[in-house]
Parts: sequence; structure tokens; C-alpha cells
Amino acid sequence: MSVIVDDSTRLIVQGITGNEGRFHTAQMIDYGTNVVAGVVPGRGGESYLERPIYNTVAEAVAEVGANTSIIFVPAVFAADAALESIGSGIKTVIIITEGIPTLDMMKVYWEGNRAGIRLIGPNCPGAISPGKAKVGIMPGHIHRPGHVGVVSRSGTLTYEIVNELTINGYGQSTCLGIGGDPIIGTNFVDALKLFEADDDTEAVIMIGEIGGTDEEDAAQYVKEHMTKPVLGFIAGRTAPPGKRMGHAGAIVSGGKGTAAEKVAALTGAGISVAELPDQIAGLLAERGINPAAS
Amino acid sequence: MKIHEYQAKAIFREYGMETPAGRVAETPDEAVEIAAELVGFPVVVKAQVHVGGRGKAGGVKLAKSADKVKRHAEAILGMDIKGSTVRKVLVEGGIDIEREIYAGIVIDRARKLPVLMISAAGGVDIEEVAATNPDKILKIGIDQTLGLCDYQLRQAAFFVDLPKEAQRSFAKTVRALYEVFIGKDCALAEINPLVMTGDKKIIACDGKMDFDDNALARHPELPALRDEGEDEPLEVDARRSRVNYVKLDGEIGCLVNGAGLAMGTMDIVKHYGGSPANFLDVGGGAGPEQIAEALRIVTSDPLVKVILFNIFGGIVRCDRVAEGILQAKEKIGLTLPIVMRLVGTNEEKAREMLANTDLIMVDTMSEAAKKAVELSKAAA
Repeated sequence: MSVIVDDSTRLIVQGITGNEGRFHTAQMIDYGTNVVAGVVPGRGGESYLERPIYNTVAEAVAEVGANTSIIFVPAVFAADAALESIGSGIKTVIIITEGIPTLDMMKVYWEGNRAGIRLIGPNCPGAISPGKAKVGIMPGHIHRPGHVGVVSRSGTLTYEIVNELTINGYGQSTCLGIGGDPIIGTNFVDALKLFEADDDTEAVIMIGEIGGTDEEDAAQYVKEHMTKPVLGFIAGRTAPPGKRMGHAGAIVSGGKGTAAEKVAALTGAGISVAELPDQIAGLLAERGINPAAS
Repeated sequence: MKIHEYQAKAIFREYGMETPAGRVAETPDEAVEIAAELVGFPVVVKAQVHVGGRGKAGGVKLAKSADKVKRHAEAILGMDIKGSTVRKVLVEGGIDIEREIYAGIVIDRARKLPVLMISAAGGVDIEEVAATNPDKILKIGIDQTLGLCDYQLRQAAFFVDLPKEAQRSFAKTVRALYEVFIGKDCALAEINPLVMTGDKKIIACDGKMDFDDNALARHPELPALRDEGEDEPLEVDARRSRVNYVKLDGEIGCLVNGAGLAMGTMDIVKHYGGSPANFLDVGGGAGPEQIAEALRIVTSDPLVKVILFNIFGGIVRCDRVAEGILQAKEKIGLTLPIVMRLVGTNEEKAREMLANTDLIMVDTMSEAAKKAVELSKAAA
């Protein structure tokens, strides 16, 4: 198995003709992802890399049986693009776009919730199940198939840690970027539930950062429900309060959302917290997960 | 993006709220002129700064004569409040206060809703109330598709136990606050205190607004309200160059791709005993000009002794980063030592480009941090 994306993924790319859309579509196809079509309003009938382009998501669902969408549409139109996918029967919607207004994103969240679909992001690198499918912008070559699940609010920091896993012999079941915005579709707890139920996953690494309380909620969940080992990393130990650290959601406000609070919550729930990215592999070994089996 | 009280009140009035009469002044004489336009004394002289706690810092004074207005304005203008210099004061007519209420709307990240917060404990630090007496705050989640319902406004009015004759005006004001929040894409819209006067009128005696930076593009009227004097000058410079930069007070200038890795890099510098000079995310699609611009900003900070690049190229192409560094070195005559950790797309090409320079090339994040810390200590 693996989670979110796999061999059954039939992907459409919303915004396939933009710079990002074109580049990453080519990369995803190269990786072996089953990209079935693109959607660009007004460009229906054209094609890109031998994939048909449709005017609407509904057409893509009807014509080529799309079940997953990745969104590269610019921020002002991205929420509407997501609503279109949700309203057209797409089951998994992954929003890469950064900079979507919060009020727009809350509407998308609740609409996705009502439709019962899986929403990932926004402002995230997407998801990859190594060897099966890459639906995102992460560099595919640093990943290896295996049994460690990774869930993260960040992009490049995740690549750093995945790279550490790979060079130390630990492959990954799925690496999931949940996004750096304050309002996101899938949070740590949701991802942990998926990994706990996934036969392919033996241990989970969660990479959090300052802002919000999702890490604390995840710690509570791990304590009460997880049987698999969970490891953590928290970025922003040196971040000053009241300042937004790049990600819209990475801010310590009113003294809440500090790295210290999160590390304490994780540690208290039996999660091994790495202080440096290159300590992760060692901590996995300490928890009895050995590279060969992964 | 935050704005000042006087600006927030102007927006409140557009949405039909009542605020005290008054205007903003930049000199003591102007403050006296404004006081003369108001109906009698006392008047209030209020420092206009973005930081909270100005009352405790002596930035809000009641004046019972023109002479006092002048003296208070003189004292407050130029005052330093938590690192912010006061350059404007709001001069307003005094209000006959019977009750002080708190009303605010924020985004609740966990509930994924705008939440209206109401408390009878107005006029004090609400975060303190939330910490010590959470029962004194009513939180009402609002579904955007339904809007703020009448029953929710009644809940709020009963919670603060308002007399009947004030309830309508209260409901109208709180509804207007919600309309402001949605209409202007706020992250926070707050009135503290929302005052009930002796004759049971409801008046917004303060105003605080913070806008969603991601939504500024659809509100062309808002960016003009930005007071750049409130921000760190290097951060203003960075914003104009579209570089994501936060100034800290250390000696190691960090340039990183990606916000999470940028935070991780600051943390690892600290871990090895150094201190980061800044947070900087060069962004996903950074080209040579952007890299050069980022370098210019980081090195404008006189505290910086060493530059640390940490690039994990996924989308960012390493050769383009290398090109930017070479451009910047030439353009700004960069002499500070640069520790370079560069991994990913077109890494070999980048290494070739930088081979005959004085850049210190390292392979891992830990090595990079250790080397940068060592150099910063040597330079101290």
C-alpha cells in the first residue's frame, strides 16, 4: 500500500500550461506518475506532452476517469480551481499554490469536508509514494521505496530529512507535505491516522514548525492511538515571537505556538524528537527500525 | 499587515460604527488645534503605534485643558514604546464610559472558522484574560456561508449582560465588525474597549486591524495604509525586493531556499554555538537577480560577519544560485567569507562555476553550520 497517491492515481493537472505546471508535469510523467490530462479553461482541445487538455474538470473526469488533481493555478484563482475539482467528483485534491487568501481557503476546506474528499495543502510540495507515483514538486531522485512515512509542513526541510533517510538506507512508504498555511486540508492527525492504517508503513516522521497547535494535537493522538513509532522534528526554535517566518502559518502569536511547547508536547507523548536533521536515522535505529527491513 | 488605530477607526466609520470624534496629529500644536475643534474637555491623546501595551507605557493620556493637550502631545510624540517610535497621536473627545466590553474577530486555525470573541472584561489585555479567566470570554464560530446570525449576536449581548436599550446598537456594531473582517480580508479586527456610554450608546473607543497579506492584492486601497516607519528598515527594503527576510541580532547571515529549511538552518547555527543574523527564504523560483538582491540585503546588516548559504535544490537550480552569487560579489564588492552548501539540481555545474572563487564549499548542513560558527567566532 502507501497513502494518498499510488498506482491507482489518475492525475489531472490544473494549470498545466503555466511555467510551474509545465515543468512539474514533465517531471511527474518522467517519474512514472499516471498523468491523464490537464485542465485549463479556454484551452480545451489542445494537448501537452500527449495529454489532452480540457476546459473543465468535469470533462476530464468523464473522459479520462481522473480521480486526483494537482493545482498549480495562481493564488487568486486557486481556491476556485479547488472548488471545481471538489464539485466535479475528484477524490484527492492537492493544492501546491502559495498565497491563497485565508478566507477563500476556509471555504475550500469546508466544501471538501462536506464532499468527503481528501484535500492536501495549500502551499505544500505534494505527495510522493516512491516507485509508484509522485504528485508534487519534490525532487523524485532523493526518495526510495520503503517503510517510513513522512509528514511535514515544509518543503525543502522535508527533502533534507528524506535525503538523510535515503542515504542511511531507510526507504519511504509515502512522503506527504501538508503545507505551511494556517488553514490546511489535511493536518498531522489526519496523516498519522492514514499511516497507522497503512500496512506498508512501519514508522512515521513528523516535521513540524512554529505556529498553531497541530503538533500538540498530533502528540495527543500519538499518545492515545498510535502503535507505530513516531519521530519528530520541529523547526523554528530560534524564531522571534510575532514574526511570520516565511510560511503564512509559521508565527508565534500571543506567546502560543512556540517550538519549545511543541517539543515538550511531542516528547511527553513518547515521540523521539531530533534536534538536527542528521539525527533522524540514528533515532529510527534506537526505536528498533532497521534500514535493511525498510 | 497591521494599521494604526486612527486608520482602523476610519474603516469602522465607513461600515457604520460609531467612534469618538477626533483626528490624528503629528505635532503638539496640531494636537491643540484638534482639541479646539472638539466639544470641550477632557480629550484623550493616544500614541499611534502597532505594538500593544501603550497605555501602560504612558502613551495614552487624558487632558483637561489645551495646555495639558500640548504637554501630553509633546511627551508622547517621539516616545519609544517597545522599540516603536511614536510619530503620530490621535486626539479624541472624551467619552462618558459606563461599561467597557471586548469585541474581536480572529481566524481560529484549529476550528478553521472566523471566531467572534466577546468579553465583559474590556479595556484590559485580552490575552491575559484568556490565560487567567477563559470563562470570561465567549467564543462564537461563524460559518462564512451563513454569516453572523442574529441568534449569535443575541448570545453575545446576553453574555456581557447588556441593558435592553443598548442591545440593538451593540448588535449593529458587532455585525459591522464582522462585515469589516470579511470585507477587508482581516486576520484580526478588534475593538477594545467597545464602550457603552451613560446614555447607553455603543462606541468603538479603540480599533485594531491586521490584514491577511495574501489578500492585499484584492484590496488596492489597503497597501497605502502601511506605515513603513513601524517596520525594521531592512525588512522594508527586503519586502520591496520581494525577498522573504526577518532580521535577528546575530552574526551569521543565512540564505536558504524554503521557509522550513531556513528556520532549520537558523536553529542548527544556534545548536553549534553561533547566532543567526536573519531568516531568509530565497523562494522557489529564485533567479540570479533575486539571489544577488538577497545577498545585498543580508550584507546591509552591519552585524553580519559570515554568510551561510544552504540550498537544497529541488526547484531552485544550483547553477542559477551560483550565478547570482558571482553577480553580487562583483556588484557589491562582497568580501565577507561565504560558506556554501549546495545540493540538488545542476549541482555539478554550480560547483564548476564556483571552483575558482574564495567560497568555502561544504557538503552537509551540519558541516556548513559548524564552519560558519567557527568563522564568526574568529572574526569577533
